[in-house]
Order: sequence, then C-alpha cells, then structure tokens
Amino acid sequence: MTGLPLLPRLPACRGPGTGMARTAIAGNRVRGTGLWGAWVVGHRTDGRRIGQWVTGDRIAGQGRRDVKQPAGQMSRIGAVRSLFHRFAFLTLVGTAFSLMLLGKADTVLVDRLRASVGDALTPVLDVLARPAANISDMVENVRGLASIRAENARLKDENARLLAWQAVAQQLEAENRTLRGLLNFTPAPPASFISTRVIALTEGPFVRSALINAGGRDGVRKGQAVVTGAGLVGRIDRVGLRSASILLVSDFNSKIPVVIEPSRNRAILVANKNRLQLIYMLGNGPVAPGDRVVTAEDANVFPPDLPVGVVSGIDDGTILVEPFVRPADVEYVRLVDYGLGGILRSDSEAGDVR
Amino acid sequence: MKPGLWHRLDHIARSLVPVLLILGLVIVSVVPTRLPGYGTVAPMLAVIGVCHWSIVRPDLVRPSIAFGIGLFEDILTGTPLGLGAFVLLMVHGVVVAQQRFFLGKSFFVWWWAFGIVAFAAACVKWVGFVAVTGSVADPLTVFLSYALTVFLYPLLGRVFASVEVSLAREG
Repeated sequence: MTGLPLLPRLPACRGPGTGMARTAIAGNRVRGTGLWGAWVVGHRTDGRRIGQWVTGDRIAGQGRRDVKQPAGQMSRIGAVRSLFHRFAFLTLVGTAFSLMLLGKADTVLVDRLRASVGDALTPVLDVLARPAANISDMVENVRGLASIRAENARLKDENARLLAWQAVAQQLEAENRTLRGLLNFTPAPPASFISTRVIALTEGPFVRSALINAGGRDGVRKGQAVVTGAGLVGRIDRVGLRSASILLVSDFNSKIPVVIEPSRNRAILVANKNRLQLIYMLGNGPVAPGDRVVTAEDANVFPPDLPVGVVSGIDDGTILVEPFVRPADVEYVRLVDYGLGGILRSDSEAGDVR
Repeated sequence: MKPGLWHRLDHIARSLVPVLLILGLVIVSVVPTRLPGYGTVAPMLAVIGVCHWSIVRPDLVRPSIAFGIGLFEDILTGTPLGLGAFVLLMVHGVVVAQQRFFLGKSFFVWWWAFGIVAFAAACVKWVGFVAVTGSVADPLTVFLSYALTVFLYPLLGRVFASVEVSLAREG
C-alpha cells in the first residue's frame, strides 16, 4: 500500500481506551486496535479513502482522544465510571460466592438448572460428538488392519474356548432350572435396558461426569446403573427431559458398594485423586491382585454382580482397583433398571429434576 | 449520518464474535475425544479465551461476560456453581489491570505472562474446589492440565489474533 507517508506517526499517549476502536487521531480514524497493531483509515491528498494496518510501537499506548471536554468534568466522569466498574466487578465476585453457597444449600435448584442447560445443548453436542467418534473409529480401523492376521488367529482361539464354555453354560442352565423347580424358587424381576450415546464427557481433575442423549421422556431415572459390555461406567445422577448426566465411577462423589469375588468381602469403592480404592472392608477373606470386584446389592443402590474392575495392587494397606471400563473409550452405554429403590431414588423423590 | 439497520446488525454480530468463540471452546472441551488420557489433563480453554480477549478487546469481553462464560462452564461440566465464574472473573480483572504491560510487548512476553495468569487461575480453582467440596483434587493432574493450557496458547492465540485482525479491518 502506498499510503504510509500520508498517515502521521501516532502519538504515544497513554489511556484506558487502548482496545477501543473509532478514535480520531490527526485527521485519520483508527477503526480498530489489536494485539499487534491498529487499522487506520484516512484520506489521501487526492481524496481517495485508504486503510492501512499500522503495527508495532507506533500504536503502543494509544489513547482515546475523540471527545474534547473540560479537564475537571472529564476527571469527574472518569471517577464515577471507575467507581461504577469497580462496584460492578465486586458485585459479580459476590454473586460468584453466593452461587457457590447456593450450590451447597439448594442442590435441587442447581440440578434443575444443569439439566435444562444439558437439554438445550443436547442437539449441538450430539452433532459435535459424531465426527470425533468417526475419526476415532477410522484411526482404530487403520490400526486394526496392521494386526488383522494376529487378531483373526486370536479370535479363532477364543471362539474355540467360548464354545467349550457354552456347552458348560447350557449344562449348568439345565441343572439350575431343575434345581429351581425343586426349590420352588422365585426368580428376580427381569432388568430393562435403555441404550444411548455419550455426547459429552468431563474427566478433568475436578469432576468426572458424562452426558447422554436420553432423558426422562425415554424412561431414564435417577439412580439407574450405567454399563457397557465390559462393566460399570457409573450411575445416573441428574435427569433432564432429553438428556441425563452420569456420575462416573472415578468421580469424588461416587461411592459404590462392592463385593470382592473370591473372598466375598464387602467394601465401598471410592475415587481418590486418579485411582480407585476400597474402603470400609467387611470380611476377613484374603484379597490379592487379580481378584474381580463386582457391585453389591447393599442399600439397593446397584443391582448385584455388575463387573466393576479388578484388584490391581495393595499399596501401603490400600487396596487399589483398576476399572474394566475407561470412559474415554465409551461411545454407547446401557442403562440398567432392575426396579430398585435405594439412596438416590429417595433423594429424587424429594426433588426429582424431571 | 445514522447507520443503517444492516450496519448495526453487522456491528452487533462482530462484537459477539469473541464471546461466541469462547463459548464454542467451552462446548468443544466437553465433546468426547476418545483420546486415552486426554480427558484427565484437558486444557483450560476458557481461560485462554478470556485472558486473550480481555487484553485485546476489553470493550467486548467485559467482567459480566467473563462471569457468564464461567457460569456456563460450571453448569456444563458439573464443577461447583460459581467457581469457574470466579476464576474467569479474576483472570479478566488481572489482565485488564495489567493491560498496559501487555501492549506492544513481544509474543514471548505474552506467553510468559499468560503462563503466570493461567498458573494463578489453576491454583485458585484447586483451592476453591477443595474449599467448596472438601475433596482434594490431584495437584499433579491440575498441573498437567495447566501445562497443556500454556502449551496450547500460541496456537489459539494465533487463531484469535487473525480473527481480531479481520474484525478490526472491516469493523
């Protein structure tokens, strides 16, 4: 651009309006100021309008000087404005603190607010989650191509083993049926399932939760267990009309009654920082790495025997558990409803967000 | 001359661009990426957005907007309501107060200053979370999230700068 000499060097005055556009300086007009420069518009001597991006120290500290006012009046207005801004800022800080207290005091209201926002954003999140899943599937497919022969051999081997197990299972089922008939056993009510997509996932250091695109209108209820084929993911803790939030097993607020399978010891599975551990162990049976951990029916919170994880080690008396499911790998989940009551259900009766 | 309707609509749309960009980042940050381990150390994208735009266009990203974005993030991610709003409000307050320091400085000075602001934001959030919930979040994970945030700043800063230039040119 040839207009450079026509634009005067901008004065290096300082002022609070550096980020503001439309400031008249020496007959030219600054249309916008930015990080590394300003867009200055002016007229050449032949009357043609030109614009030029002026960078660097030429605009550093450039101030707003377009209104000529008496010095006293300006300082008074400035003082009032500054006081107002400070007051507004402090009001917002106070509001933030009040909201933190409100979140502790009135969880129903906050849950309702969260559920409404989740409902409103469900279509957007649903659309955004699909490309991410597709890209991930594509990468997985390409990676799978390299090991397709080895995978095939492994699957054939596994299939042979599973056929043997199938024969055993059929035999046990027949035996079970006969024994139940002899004992006049009343079977547990059948579970119902809802399958749905995970559309948002928060696994940060503070909160571990996920959002699914099924809600109250699809039969989702607070307290339902959320599983994949591999095991437990978490439980429903908030229900909107068309979305619901899952409290993941790894969240600080998650407390799951579990049974360690070989010993039948009972314990509570909790998240501590980035690992899962067992607390309040009941029973004296030995616990060793490799033991399976499944849900217990205590307090009717979860249906029994849903696989949760495996004991990964014992560190200084703390029993650590490695979960079967990594939420980052999950695209679809199933919600299991055995028609249980339980702790969360009694909460929801007090204030169900639906 | 009174500006026409289209001109005014154009002006409103332009002034909404920074806010929409930051809100977009908040929404993108909860989309499942299925990258192993990413979710645990996910960067604080809203802090990058609010910090950057509060320096370059404080007239468009006001304290109330920083507060609103933080609140939206709290509602969406499930962190204690008001905590994210408070953190972003602090970020906005600090960078606006130090705006003169930022202007005319090289990019590396910006990056370094952003590193300090983001570190303070991560610390405030960690302390706030412990105070509100009583649960101690893993400091290492918070630090890794902070490190990823600082690492991502040059990339997002470039994108923001080019958006800002186009806003200023045609505005």
